[in-house]
Amino acid sequence: MAEESTLQGIRERFPSAEISEFRGQHRIRIEPAAVHDLLEFLKEELGLGLLVDITCVDYLYYPNAKDRFGLVYLLANPETNERITVRTFLNEPEPAVPTATDLWEGANWLEREVWDMFGIRFAGHPDLRRILLPEAFEAHPLRKDYPLQGLGERHNQPIVTRDMG
Amino acid sequence: MAQVDLPDNVVITKLDELVSWCRKYSLWPMPFATACCGIELMATGASRHDLARFGAEVFRFSPRQCDLMIVAGRVVMKMMPVLQRIWLQMHEPKWCISMGACASTGGVFDTYAVVQGIDRFIPVDMYVPGCPPRPEQLIQAIIDLQEKIQRTGTAWGKELHDPRRSRPPRLLLSDPNHPELPVSAGRFPMERQPEASWPMLSPPPPEEPRRLNSEPKII
Ligand code: SF4
Repeated sequence: MAEESTLQGIRERFPSAEISEFRGQHRIRIEPAAVHDLLEFLKEELGLGLLVDITCVDYLYYPNAKDRFGLVYLLANPETNERITVRTFLNEPEPAVPTATDLWEGANWLEREVWDMFGIRFAGHPDLRRILLPEAFEAHPLRKDYPLQGLGERHNQPIVTRDMG
Repeated sequence: MAQVDLPDNVVITKLDELVSWCRKYSLWPMPFATACCGIELMATGASRHDLARFGAEVFRFSPRQCDLMIVAGRVVMKMMPVLQRIWLQMHEPKWCISMGACASTGGVFDTYAVVQGIDRFIPVDMYVPGCPPRPEQLIQAIIDLQEKIQRTGTAWGKELHDPRRSRPPRLLLSDPNHPELPVSAGRFPMERQPEASWPMLSPPPPEEPRRLNSEPKII
């Protein structure tokens, strides 16, 4: 739930942002090039200083979806309890957005997780490595075109026999 | 034939039997508890089920002190090198119990990350079915393992020279449920050599010969 003054501020500053509401939750849709400016504006001027989460949705097989990846930022204002969802849509090849680590240190691992699972690059991220999967893993398993059983990674490990130790 | 009367407190047996008898009642388990089965493993060691009755209650978290690995829970592919390393750090003679459906077969977790049975990558002596197995089942597995130790153990490690020991534990030729997935034992990622990505299994770098009685280095 966001207050009307907050929404008004966003509308004035970012006329291209689409604001929608669903069951009292406000969502802002913005193009990828402006997402960093919007986050900065929300944090510095509207007091939405708490980055709750960064996550992503793959709309590959979603009916009527126009874009492939929906990147989602969840922000909150700890003083007024306002919450806002910022969404931006990205497409292949090389989906990328500017990093938010310069605004929130805590975005570091969240962005690494999104990179690990969806393969979205965060330009300017100080340390964009995989965070959950092994470094040698090559796919991005939460993409919808990655099969649930994987591409055989789980079957292809070194084998330890009894005479080895 | 001369008959010798033994005193009542003397028993004659084979040395192998005696050593195995000692070993089987002093198993020190290494709890590799990665998921919900670990809770049952803890219950097994706790007072109600009291694993101490079977001489296997001394859980140690250092592989150097253990001779029974109990893998309780699912093992993901990122955990497998850790499991193998801990297994290799344990001293001979050592045994392994695969506890629960997940450790034995992957269980319900038929996903990209979960290893479909640890016995494809490390040796296993006993499988415990169940999700999770009750503590009684784990105790039964330990009793069965004790029988196996009594049956196969030798004092001087004759069994260590068994050529069957170099066989892969349970080699996967193809995935029966997902025949499209590539299976090439011992390689991940598929086109790279294991040495490049998994340094733990590469041969150790040549060490400098250790000099005894050398002067302590002054730093
Ligand atoms: S077998 Fe069942 S209880 Fe054991 S780790 Fe798997 S899901 Fe958990």
